Amino acid sequence: MWLKDSSIGRKLIMSISGAALILFLLFHGTMNVVAIISPKGYNMICEFLGANWYALVGTIGLAVLVVVHILYAFYLTLLNYRARGFERYAVTKKQASVEWSSKNMLVLGIIVLLGIGLHLYNFWYKMQWTELRHMMGADVDISKATDGIGYISELFANPVYSLVYLIWLGALWFHLTHGFWSALHTLGWNNDIWMKRLRVISYILATLIVLMFAAVVIYYYGCSLVC
Amino acid sequence: MDKTINIKVKVWRQAGPKVKGHFETFELNNISTDSSFLEMLDVLNEKLISERREPIAFDHDCREGICGMCSLYINGHPHGPDDEITTCQLHMRKFKDGETITVEPWRSAAFPVIKDLMVDRRAFDKIIQAGGFISVNTGGVPDANAIPIPKKNADLAMDAAACIGCGACVAACKNGSAMLFVSAKVSQLALLPQGQVEAARRAKAMVAKMDELGFGNCTNTGACAAECPKGIKLSNIARLNREFLCAKLKD
Ligand code: HEM
Ligand code: SF4
Ligand code: FES
Repeated sequence: MWLKDSSIGRKLIMSISGAALILFLLFHGTMNVVAIISPKGYNMICEFLGANWYALVGTIGLAVLVVVHILYAFYLTLLNYRARGFERYAVTKKQASVEWSSKNMLVLGIIVLLGIGLHLYNFWYKMQWTELRHMMGADVDISKATDGIGYISELFANPVYSLVYLIWLGALWFHLTHGFWSALHTLGWNNDIWMKRLRVISYILATLIVLMFAAVVIYYYGCSLVC
Repeated sequence: MDKTINIKVKVWRQAGPKVKGHFETFELNNISTDSSFLEMLDVLNEKLISERREPIAFDHDCREGICGMCSLYINGHPHGPDDEITTCQLHMRKFKDGETITVEPWRSAAFPVIKDLMVDRRAFDKIIQAGGFISVNTGGVPDANAIPIPKKNADLAMDAAACIGCGACVAACKNGSAMLFVSAKVSQLALLPQGQVEAARRAKAMVAKMDELGFGNCTNTGACAAECPKGIKLSNIARLNREFLCAKLKD
């Protein structure tokens, strides 16, 4: 299969899964902003996207994307480490035009992954998972399963959690500043003129996505201090 | 009078492909800043020979930046600290008095060390043999100068054709990827009508050979283009991706 056996095929998988994850982040981030504008509206979204069939299909699709992206990430990094050879350079210097993030995608990805784990435990486990278990007949309390705002304000009142989430978002920012243009480049959608534009767009997009998430953390941490 | 400097040269020594290598440091005095880097190594080798020691093996041929043989990784940069030049075009005026200069061979699994600073770059020849050519089928072929080619494409093809196959891109890449080289070789032909006939076959064959020989997967860091002595642009890699993906989708 050329999607596994050829380097560009492997990169295609990386870029498509990564780009799809970016689309998801945009969608997720837009919903999060609602939590600031209208907490009631946010909980309505939570109900709407609870354990309905479309939300579940979406969740499964997303899980597949994440797993594929991560498996390929480790596979690619391992192959690349081998390709570089056993002996390493004694002296290496960074080239000015090379982004730091582009050389540390795996490390950044792992931080993002740890963040995702924590995040699933903080929210998904208490919300969609609880609803699912209830639907399957388990004796669990679902009165709070769609109270997204409740969980948000509870979690981000804790400064440690707020800080951890912000660090997680920082790693995501670095991952995306390289990831976005790199994904398009891998798909062949780049040339000398667009190279500069795409890099700028990457920074804008990464900043936008991260700000949408970070705003909620900061807003609710601020609320916990004021209110 | 020439300005001269005293330097220390820390060189990778390795007796053969399978032997373990190590660094050896040599002191050199009164090196003219007008001399080239390879002349400095010549001076060092003469000194070693006169002391009945084994001279340092390093590749070189044209010494004017066109053959791509002089593959030295100097102070953390392939072809040394200067931009858009080969090692043979590097001058000693780029170094300071008293400096220790570290010289290493290209390090990549696909370019095994033969001896000291010499590496086996035949992998590149094999990639070219896999598809980096236009088949000559005798018959009613129009004259090349009778085929109209847009100026933009002619320029881009010419820029890509500047690649001398030195391997600095692979040496610079943390992934040991040969994508810049392969993309230049694919682009110079894919941009011209003569090369387009075999474009799909060529892209697939050259990429398959590149993967088979153990080069890495490009993650678009761009170290290759930053270190390329011929200024081959990163956009060639996007073109190769495009050519390859389109060829695969057509299958
Ligand atoms: C929200 C989650 C994530 C998003 C939106 C995302 C997005 C992306 C994008 C767009 C790329 C560029 C693909 C390309 O260069 O063609 C990429 C590359 C990469 N990602 Fe992710 N990623 C995410 C999570 C992860 C995780 C959890 C890991 C690893 C544990 C990871 C590891 C990598 C690695 C190693 C690369 C570089 C591979 C390459 O360029 O060939 N990513 N990511
Ligand atoms: S692309 Fe540049 S660095 Fe790579 S082989 Fe060609 S000339 Fe050398
Ligand atoms: S010796 Fe020919 S390019 Fe340097």
